[in-house]
Amino acid sequence: MARRVSTRRRVIVTALAWAMAFLIFFPILWTFLTSFKTEGEAVATPPHFLFFNWTLENYIEVNERSDYFLHFMNSVVISVGSTVLGLIIAIPAAWSMAFVPGKRTKDVLMWMLSTKMLPPVGVLIPIFLLFKNTGLMDTRTGLVIILTLINLPIIVWMLYTYFKEIPGEILEAARMDGAGLREEVIHILTPMAVPGIASTLLLNVILAWNEAFWTLNLTAANAAPLTAFIASYSSPEGLFYAKLSAASMMAIAPILILGWFSQKQLVRGLTFGAVK
Amino acid sequence: MKFHALAGACVLGLAAGGAMAETTITVATVNNGDMIRMQGLMDDFYAAHPDIKVNWVTMEENVLRQKVTTDVATKAGQYDVMTIGTYEVPIWGKQGWLVPLDDLPDSYDVNDLLPAIRSGLTLDDHLYALPFYGESSFTMYRKDLMEKAGLTMPEDPTWGDIEKAAAAMTDKEAGIYGICLRGKAGWGENMAFLSAMDNSMGGRWFDMDWNPQFNTPEWKDTLTTYLTLMNEYGPPGASSNGFNENLALFQQGKCGMWMDATVAASFVTNPKDSKVADQVGFAMAPHKDGVAKNGNWLWAWTLAIPAGTQKEEAAKTFIEWATSKEYTALVASKEGWANVPPGTRTSLYENPDYTSAAPFADLTLKSINAADPKNPSVQEVPYTGVQFVAIPEFQAIGTAVGQQFSAALAGQISADQALQNAQALTEREMKKAGYIK
Repeated sequence: MARRVSTRRRVIVTALAWAMAFLIFFPILWTFLTSFKTEGEAVATPPHFLFFNWTLENYIEVNERSDYFLHFMNSVVISVGSTVLGLIIAIPAAWSMAFVPGKRTKDVLMWMLSTKMLPPVGVLIPIFLLFKNTGLMDTRTGLVIILTLINLPIIVWMLYTYFKEIPGEILEAARMDGAGLREEVIHILTPMAVPGIASTLLLNVILAWNEAFWTLNLTAANAAPLTAFIASYSSPEGLFYAKLSAASMMAIAPILILGWFSQKQLVRGLTFGAVK
Repeated sequence: MKFHALAGACVLGLAAGGAMAETTITVATVNNGDMIRMQGLMDDFYAAHPDIKVNWVTMEENVLRQKVTTDVATKAGQYDVMTIGTYEVPIWGKQGWLVPLDDLPDSYDVNDLLPAIRSGLTLDDHLYALPFYGESSFTMYRKDLMEKAGLTMPEDPTWGDIEKAAAAMTDKEAGIYGICLRGKAGWGENMAFLSAMDNSMGGRWFDMDWNPQFNTPEWKDTLTTYLTLMNEYGPPGASSNGFNENLALFQQGKCGMWMDATVAASFVTNPKDSKVADQVGFAMAPHKDGVAKNGNWLWAWTLAIPAGTQKEEAAKTFIEWATSKEYTALVASKEGWANVPPGTRTSLYENPDYTSAAPFADLTLKSINAADPKNPSVQEVPYTGVQFVAIPEFQAIGTAVGQQFSAALAGQISADQALQNAQALTEREMKKAGYIK
């Protein structure tokens, strides 16, 4: 039975939630506002909040200077490509770990996670040379491979937790009814794990979209995604905040919109299995 | 279904290579106004050289430095032309990483390059890079505030003149600080300023046996003068101020004086962004009374060709065009004389169209000519470089020393302590690198 909640309590909680949301959203809002200022207004003290001369000049300049579409397509291919490739490898791995665990499954899981603890710059030179010698430097294929490898531990871990929530008895029942391994995975497991797979997919697309170490270090002209597009607007001599903000807004817009439309899945997936 | 998605991703990935007919050269460059302007003027180059296509990769300075250094050291060959500074050219030239540019055509008029800049790019009589844009540093000050204080700025001020002016102009109640200087730690940040300032105090980084000189009276003079100026008359929080922070402060009328790159002159006199555009005066970087060196640095962004590129001819054609007199004339005709890349050619400063469009041209040229990378100090030095020491170890050492001085400015350690730490850490690094036996 639901608890009766007093109006006062509800008002406080709502206000608190809005305050938190505003706090978290503020940097994006500020970037948005700065992108419509002139460079001079962008650094004015005290800062101007809403009353300034709104201008589109930064967006126009960014569009004239850089090939947004090329960087955007690179970002899409790299983030979606690496996530899908990662899922294809991770679903069978997570299935076996969740339903037929061996003696060393826990250790393998922990070992996979430990690879995430290494600072990426520690392996920059070996990977750089590997890429150079295999001709993967500045190619989308190279970035898809490296980002798949980087996000694979997270994908496996997320899927493993979701799969663990599914009672093994249901799969057993399907087996009793004569389902083979293929039917079991495709018709029983996958439909039940869809929210989990969807949120894993979304989260990893976002992670890959934002990845700004390997995408900056292993690209030059052809495969550079939106992270390189933003980075090119920072400058040590001359004001750049307004143009940088405009470039940032253009870079995060697609993923922001994607997040907006899929927030239901995202929230459901992330809270799925929260009661343990 | 997943298989289709994967196949799709792979096809897109493979398609990224693409096919191109003519020679495509990739140019790694820094995000500054002059370089960006060139990207918009490429039609002229393409008209003259239809067989060459230029691919631009624009990066922020620190990212650029990291990426081109990795690329040239591993011979990865991602770039055919690199934008590098006067710090890299002598080091890379010595390593054999750059193509020597000895056979420049007569029409290029290599003797027109400013001697100070050319000498910094030359090693054993070989020129290793062509300068695109050069700068020195000088003093920018507010004429109105000086007038109000009843002072005039000499063209060649001493540090004593600067302190007097800073004291007279400071009005903290009104939010006006007499002097704004770099405080942010880094070899290209506060150490660029302080190394040049030390030259003007008669000091140097190393003696002829590569012993660091932070225990000398010159460095003590430098640091205490700097700290006094900044603590008494500087803006709050100066230990995190770099070029852009000071630019913003000066443009908003909060600084009486600012000593920094000559390129700042065109920003602070631009009425679109600067509130004090019509009130800015210029003078040389200061020097100590009796020392015949001013505290101004010398820097140039140059275009160089990494050894081992497959497209050397096309790369040469491009960098000759980009640093030519014709390119200067092209910018002038399209965007006006005030927007041409400064500081590389004598002919520019003899051109009345330019000197009348840029009121700071005369002092920029004087400052560039007053800096000598081979003899930065009145004392003898074993290195090249005015505000840096052109050895591979300098980036790390310079930044570590800069952190000490920045901490002293923030009041975390005393000036003496900072100098002692700087001396100890530089000595340790130089021993490790084998300069000191």
